[in-house]
Amino acid sequence: MRVAAVLLACWAASAVAQTRAIPATDLRSGLSFGSAELRAMQADDFANPGMLWVERGEKLWQTPAGTAGRTCASCHVDPATSMKGVAARYPALDAKAGRVIDLEGRINACRTSRQQAPSLAAESEDLLALTAFIAYHSRGLPLSVAIGEGARTTFEQGRDLYYVRHGQMNLSCADCHERTGGAAYSPRRSAKAIPMPTRRIASNGRLSARWGAEYGHACSAFAPRCCPTMIRGSPRSSSS
Amino acid sequence: MAASRVQVPAEVRRGDSVEVKISIRHPMESGFRVDDSGRRIARNTIREFTCRYNGKPVFVARLGSGIAANPYLRFFLTAAESGQLSFEWVDEAGERGDALASLTVVG
Repeated sequence: MRVAAVLLACWAASAVAQTRAIPATDLRSGLSFGSAELRAMQADDFANPGMLWVERGEKLWQTPAGTAGRTCASCHVDPATSMKGVAARYPALDAKAGRVIDLEGRINACRTSRQQAPSLAAESEDLLALTAFIAYHSRGLPLSVAIGEGARTTFEQGRDLYYVRHGQMNLSCADCHERTGGAAYSPRRSAKAIPMPTRRIASNGRLSARWGAEYGHACSAFAPRCCPTMIRGSPRSSSS
Repeated sequence: MAASRVQVPAEVRRGDSVEVKISIRHPMESGFRVDDSGRRIARNTIREFTCRYNGKPVFVARLGSGIAANPYLRFFLTAAESGQLSFEWVDEAGERGDALASLTVVG
C-alpha cells in the first residue's frame, strides 16, 4: 500500500510547476491517440462500459455496510456536492494515519473506521465501482494534488522512482512519458503526460483501472503492474 | 450490480423505427487469457441474447469469443404497439440475465 501511494505520488509531479517537465499546454492524453471510434465510445455515456461501474457504485453508495449500519450517504449525503472534485485531490495525506493514501485507501479507511466494515480488496469489483462513482463527480475537473509538508517525502520518493531506470530495457517512466512522450514503443503510444492517463476502457472492453477525472489517474494497480511488463522489469508489488 | 443498462426512446410514433441500446456487464472470457499465476481462465461468453417485444422474439444474437467484455448492442425495431421489451441472455456457464424496458407508442 505504501509503495502504491509512492508510485501514485509520481504523477503528482505535474502539480508542482517548477518540476513540470512538459508544459501544461503540451500535455496529451493517451486517449487522444485512440481511434475516432474509441474516443466516441468514451465520450458517449451510454456506450462507455465504465458507466456500468458508476451505476453499481451509486447503488453501493446507498447500501448500508458493516456493523455501524451506515451508508456512504449517511455522512456524505449528496454525492453531487460532497464528492465534487474529491477524486481530483487524491492521492492525499491522511493526517490521522500520517501517510499518503489514494482514493481507494480513503474509501477503505471510511469503511473500516466509520462503517465498521471490512476493507475491500484492491481491484475488486466493489472498490472499482465506488471509486468510479466518486471519480464520476470530478469529471472534467483538473487534478489538484497538494504536496504539503506531510506529503513531501512521499512525493520525493515517487519522483525518484519515476526517474530511475528499470528492467531489461533500461527505461524509466520519464523515458516514455516525458522525453519521448507520444512515440510508439510497442503497438501502443505512450501518453505525453504526467499524470499518465490510464486507458479507461482497455482494448478488450474491460475497465482496467481507475475511471477518473478528465485525465484518468494512473491507478495504483495499473502503473506498477503493466508498465514493468512493457519495459521487461519485475512487477512491483503494491504491498511491498 | 448493475448487470445491464438499457436505453429506448420514451415515446415513439406507430410505424417508426425504434433504436434500442443495451450494454451488458459480462467478462466475455475468451478462454485464451491466463491469470496472474499462469492458469488458463475458462472460456465463458454470452451464448445467446434475445429481445422480445410483447413476448415475441424480435432480435436474437449469438455472441462468441470475438466479442469484447461488456458487450454493447444496438439494433432497430418497428414500433407497433405500446408494450414491454424484455431482454434475456444466457452465458456458457448457464447463468442468465434479464432486463425490461417499456415502449410507449402514440399515434
